[in-house]
Amino acid sequence: MNKLIVSPSPHDENFVKTHSIMLQVIMALMPALGVSIYIFGPRVVPLTAVCVGSCILFEYVCRRLMKRDNTIGDMSAAVTGLLLAMNLPVTAPYWMAVVGSFVAIVIVKQLFGGIGQNFANPAITARIVLMVGFPTINHWIKPLEYDYDAVSSATPLVLAKKGEELPSYLDMFLGKTGGSLGETCALALLLGGLYLAARKIISLAAPLSFIGSLFILSWIAGDDPLYQILAGGVFLGAFFMATDYATTPITQKGKVVFGLGCGIITFVIRHFGSYPEGVSFSILLMNVLTPYIEELTRNKPFGAKEVQKNEG
Amino acid sequence: MKKLKGIKLKHRKNTENCATVDFPIPQKVRIPMSMNMGAACQPLVKVGDQVKVGQKIGDTDVPFSVPVHSGVSGKVTAVSDYRTAMGAVCKIVEIETDGQQTVSEEVRPPEVNDKESFLKAVRESGACGLGGAGFPTHIKLNPKTPIDTLIINGAECEPYITADYREMIECPDDVIGGVKMIKDMLGIKNAKLAIEANKPEAIKNFEEMAKNDDTIDIITLPSVYPQGAEKIIIYNSTGVVVKEGELPADGGVIVINISTVAFLYRYMQDGMPLVKRRITVDGNAVGEPKNVSAVIGTPFREILEFCKTDMDAMIKLIGGGPMMGMSIPDVEMPVVKTSNALLAIKSYDVSKTTSCIRCGRCVRVCPMELVPADIDRAYRIRNIDELKKLNALLCMNCGSCTYVCPANRKLAETNQLAKALIPRK
Repeated sequence: MNKLIVSPSPHDENFVKTHSIMLQVIMALMPALGVSIYIFGPRVVPLTAVCVGSCILFEYVCRRLMKRDNTIGDMSAAVTGLLLAMNLPVTAPYWMAVVGSFVAIVIVKQLFGGIGQNFANPAITARIVLMVGFPTINHWIKPLEYDYDAVSSATPLVLAKKGEELPSYLDMFLGKTGGSLGETCALALLLGGLYLAARKIISLAAPLSFIGSLFILSWIAGDDPLYQILAGGVFLGAFFMATDYATTPITQKGKVVFGLGCGIITFVIRHFGSYPEGVSFSILLMNVLTPYIEELTRNKPFGAKEVQKNEG
Repeated sequence: MKKLKGIKLKHRKNTENCATVDFPIPQKVRIPMSMNMGAACQPLVKVGDQVKVGQKIGDTDVPFSVPVHSGVSGKVTAVSDYRTAMGAVCKIVEIETDGQQTVSEEVRPPEVNDKESFLKAVRESGACGLGGAGFPTHIKLNPKTPIDTLIINGAECEPYITADYREMIECPDDVIGGVKMIKDMLGIKNAKLAIEANKPEAIKNFEEMAKNDDTIDIITLPSVYPQGAEKIIIYNSTGVVVKEGELPADGGVIVINISTVAFLYRYMQDGMPLVKRRITVDGNAVGEPKNVSAVIGTPFREILEFCKTDMDAMIKLIGGGPMMGMSIPDVEMPVVKTSNALLAIKSYDVSKTTSCIRCGRCVRVCPMELVPADIDRAYRIRNIDELKKLNALLCMNCGSCTYVCPANRKLAETNQLAKALIPRK
């Protein structure tokens, strides 16, 4: 007879594991990736592969150098790589994709302790580093023409800033506009987001309050609200970045506050700032505020007595 | 009213239609002197003594305790030291049975005419909470504050276990009789029989029986774990919130397990103390899952063999349910008063614990609205002030957080360790 295993309760566990959650996120990004290949052409494939591959490689090497457990099996590096690709223009040079992966995985994620410990969203931070640090990366091609050498065209938000003619709502909803790989097609992102919500991987609290507050504020300010939420990275940011586990609040209340903050900051940057796009900055700024939001939105435990202030 | 959080588990009530089978009297029983909350008893018998069925063989002067009785007739062959599954050390009385099952003269219906004599009889019956926690029943039924509602816990929210359910199906008259008896003796106005929705037959039956009695309510609770936890069942059936550090009685409520109620009723009729209990035997190593009625002190091994358990494949044995049950280190350990289930497991998923990804699943399921992930973090750096702020002491170890954790963190375990760090007043 075997020696019996003795362990504390519970003796049963759920089948949802970290890697299966990450796999679901990758699945949810597939529609957006597919549409992206259609809109921006074949270069999407190697660019995405470089991002994902270099993220996984950096994760592996980093863990190895730090003499920690190998964590590439949890698939989180692959998710980061995929999200980073979604945030790049199709003309971005491969070496820049590698630099972005380095920033995301090594600097933002592993130097702070790896999965679950980073305070900022790796893909968003990498996007900001590349956009600000290498302005030449902001080279947007026309959709469906696959002409990577063409003169840079403008994204809808740039057109709006300049007061030029805008693409139709339908084109924007379907993604037939300029922009980074994964952000143009609101429909595909919405499908992915709803899939994650249905599988209870994410909560819709943050995406809804993000998109909702941006819509209402733009409306009040006299901007075209529908246009504002369809343009730029709002759907990508709201469904896939503002729902990141480690860098957003854990409670429902906190998630609503987080989404509202993102909506407000995005609106302020777009409406008053000189920069056309504010989604990435808003998410990064709210990432930084997350610990404070957590502190203020903590649930009151069931039957708890009021905690005395001035204690400790 | 706020809806409390919880998780939906696979019920796995494979034995719900298995009528209770009497387990034959074993050759030898070993009866520990500590089987419930409270002080351990001192043996009243010594090696060589003859004992009879229902004879008291252990007792103590400490009020927070329950006496121990023999369920067999035979000769005491040893009195030795024993370590229980909880880790406590007590004496254990070994009795070689003679197969006669001669009933002791001590066994006779108690004389009960007022509350005091009733409570005395309850203690003499050896009763403790049969749902698994084993709180001394005579203490529970003697609160310092006035009680207006008696809640009968028939939730049985843990997977596999059907011991209470079989009580409801096989002895419904004892349950209702017991409820009326306790209400009358303690002067409690209302009783609520709270049963989970996955037991429709029992609910229908009791509704029929209590049709003409408007002091007994039958409440159907959703099948959400941990519905049967004391604070949860109180809130869900009466709306009363039991505050931190308070007893249910402070809110005017007592919760008592349904099998305990039925047992007390039978004891008042025939005077046979708690020497036998129903135990659900299940798990993937068990060939024939059953509900067996076994004498307290019967070795688990014999019951497992009786249920055609694959002893060679078994790698884990659980006393109680999979969520809150105790690991049993040794198959020779005996059935005790609180053994409501025995689960023999052959395949057991041992995934590695990885870093917290802050997905918030533990927060989403915690019925007490705690943040197990933060308690885990504060515990690891031994931050006692933070643990206090997080109300770690409220954790009741239901195990839901560990169950849902995708990183396989042993959050419930850490919560218990964290509780031990916080100095108590």
